[in-house]
Amino acid sequence: MKLNKLSLTVLTLGFAFLYLPIVLLIGYSFNESRLVTVWAGFSTKWYGELFADDQMMSAVWLSLKIAMGASTGAIILGTLAAFALVRFGRFWGHTLFGSMINAPLVMPDVITGLSLLLLFVAMGQLFGWPSERGSLTILLAHITFCTAYAAIVISSRLKEMDLSLEEAAMDLGAHPFKVFWLVTLPIIAPSLVAGWLLSFTLSMDDLVIASFVSGPGSTTLPMVVFSSVRLGVSPKINALATLIVLVVSIAVCIAWWFARKAERDAQMLPDEE
Amino acid sequence: MNVATSTATMADSAKRPEQTILQIQQVTKMFGDTKAVNDVSLEIRKGEIFALLGGSGCGKTTLLRMLAGFERPTAGRIILDGQDITALPPYERPINMMFQSYALFPHMSVEQNIAFGLKQDGMTRNQIGDRVAHMLKLVHMSKYARRKPHQLSGGQRQRVALARSLAKHPKLLLLDEPMGALDKKLRTQMQLEVVNIIESVGVTCVMVTHDQEEAMTMAGRLGIMDSGEICQVGSPTEVYEYPNSRLTAEFIGSVNIFEGVVNEQAEDAEELLITSSELECPLELSLNASVSAGMPVAVAVRPEKISVSFERPEQAANWVKGTVSDIAYLGGISTYHVEITGGRRIQCTVANVARSTQDRATWGDEVYLSWDTASGVVLTS
Ligand SMILES: Nc1ncnc2c1ncn2[C@@H]1O[C@H](COP(=O)(O)OP(=O)(O)OP(=O)(O)O)[C@@H](O)[C@H]1O
Ligand SMILES: [Mg+2]
Repeated sequence: MKLNKLSLTVLTLGFAFLYLPIVLLIGYSFNESRLVTVWAGFSTKWYGELFADDQMMSAVWLSLKIAMGASTGAIILGTLAAFALVRFGRFWGHTLFGSMINAPLVMPDVITGLSLLLLFVAMGQLFGWPSERGSLTILLAHITFCTAYAAIVISSRLKEMDLSLEEAAMDLGAHPFKVFWLVTLPIIAPSLVAGWLLSFTLSMDDLVIASFVSGPGSTTLPMVVFSSVRLGVSPKINALATLIVLVVSIAVCIAWWFARKAERDAQMLPDEE
Repeated sequence: MNVATSTATMADSAKRPEQTILQIQQVTKMFGDTKAVNDVSLEIRKGEIFALLGGSGCGKTTLLRMLAGFERPTAGRIILDGQDITALPPYERPINMMFQSYALFPHMSVEQNIAFGLKQDGMTRNQIGDRVAHMLKLVHMSKYARRKPHQLSGGQRQRVALARSLAKHPKLLLLDEPMGALDKKLRTQMQLEVVNIIESVGVTCVMVTHDQEEAMTMAGRLGIMDSGEICQVGSPTEVYEYPNSRLTAEFIGSVNIFEGVVNEQAEDAEELLITSSELECPLELSLNASVSAGMPVAVAVRPEKISVSFERPEQAANWVKGTVSDIAYLGGISTYHVEITGGRRIQCTVANVARSTQDRATWGDEVYLSWDTASGVVLTS
């Protein structure tokens, strides 16, 4: 299809709007100067400084660990919730449970963060656990709100799944638990992956909730970035952002390659008899 | 009770003394307030193909699902080979089912699909390999062992599904609308092929269908269902020639039904006379029903039992005069729609034996329709 001038302009502007900031960011990460907005020649020194910055690096690791734990926890709880909603028919309180699982999606982060903080403080006083706020409370908080997203992604896939597949497996002699492992899980696997990636991103991204429930010594990456930007943007952060963009791009490319391969397999036509 | 039907059944069972493998005893299934299956009792003989036939929503699938174990009967018992299986979960029943959608596992190859049930039984790798190869050969799918289900055509998927449900050598095979997902031409071909495979394995089979042609082609016996109940059970011929009610008569094939009242008759009369307000002459039938004088009955006459002629028939009963109002030419046969006095239309089929249509009745012709005393069937319900 040929693009006319107008749509070409709109397209260019749209892409520029989306990607120009990222391109600028990448460009300035190779800037010699300490001043982010003044170009003073090419250099990779900020990457060196980034890896030498212990505070920043430990925040990266903490965030990665929390994001992994939170997304794994979220898909486990999300799968259970999705099963309860989709498979157990209309049990008592079905509608209430269904809307409550979605509530964290529309709840402002400030409210979620504050309420979780209150919960953790109250629990600490009543049972002595969690005794202090830190990476554990951040992890729990992230599991809480990521579960909502994971449950939605997984339940939409479960709803689509042909129930007779599970019945067929049972008919062929598999116990319900084996049916789940051998048939249901492989079929909903794409939604588990999607839910995991979504939760991972949300957890890596979260500043507000983590700020409420974090304690001394547990600073996540968004918190470090945000506080250091307030003191003036350091090109180190550009370098970090560039690395993140690189990792994400590679992940997207791999995902795309797998998707295309699956599609090509699917298009293989049956031979003539 | 229909005298002719019972003699036919007796002759049948004398010919091959079969043992009953499945007994369905007064099974009822309620969904809330709806009775999906109402007090059904059935006996399935070892090695036969039995078809449950009925209109949409009559409870066929529900009955089949109770046999497979996916629904628990509200009342009644199901006994397979002497064992009460009413309360057994599906994974403990020696019964396998072929689903209407085939339900092939999309993430497994053809081989793995067939091996699935065998693995659950804890067979060794070699045994599984041999059995799978044998099943693939049985359904002529050996070439496609490594394919995934989405790489197969509809007919091929059906064969795989059949192989998968036969692989465990079940005591009972259930088929839910087996041809439902196929187009018309493939359907006729697969009907015969599926029957051949089932018969070569010798498994007892209960199938569900709403297509009477399919049921009559594939099954040795039929059970006609309506609103949760079994109305009639018998071989295709019995059900077609000796329907026991208006419902079965109208459900299987087309039929002309005349309402009438039974005449007074002599004790030793061989024939039954019935007066119908729709016909000028009486209806005469061989005595095949226990009826008493004055009883209102319906008489069913199949279209192919009626002959069309230009001359008035010599017989005193079983004829009517009318005008041809419509002819449907179907190649091998033609269906005539003849309007009789009173405006009623009667259907009759005529085989197109000769190529020319010269001496055949055509639109607007006055014709006489007549039939034998042995052709009509009395329906009391
Ligand atoms: N799970 C269910 N819950 C409630 N009602 C049901 C359920 N399954 C079936 N029914 C009802 O039971 C009746 C019989 O259903 P069934 O599926 O057995 O019909 P069928 O004979 O298989 O019809 P079809 O030819 O359309 O498949 C219908 O009235 C249906 O609405
Ligand atoms: Mg059905």
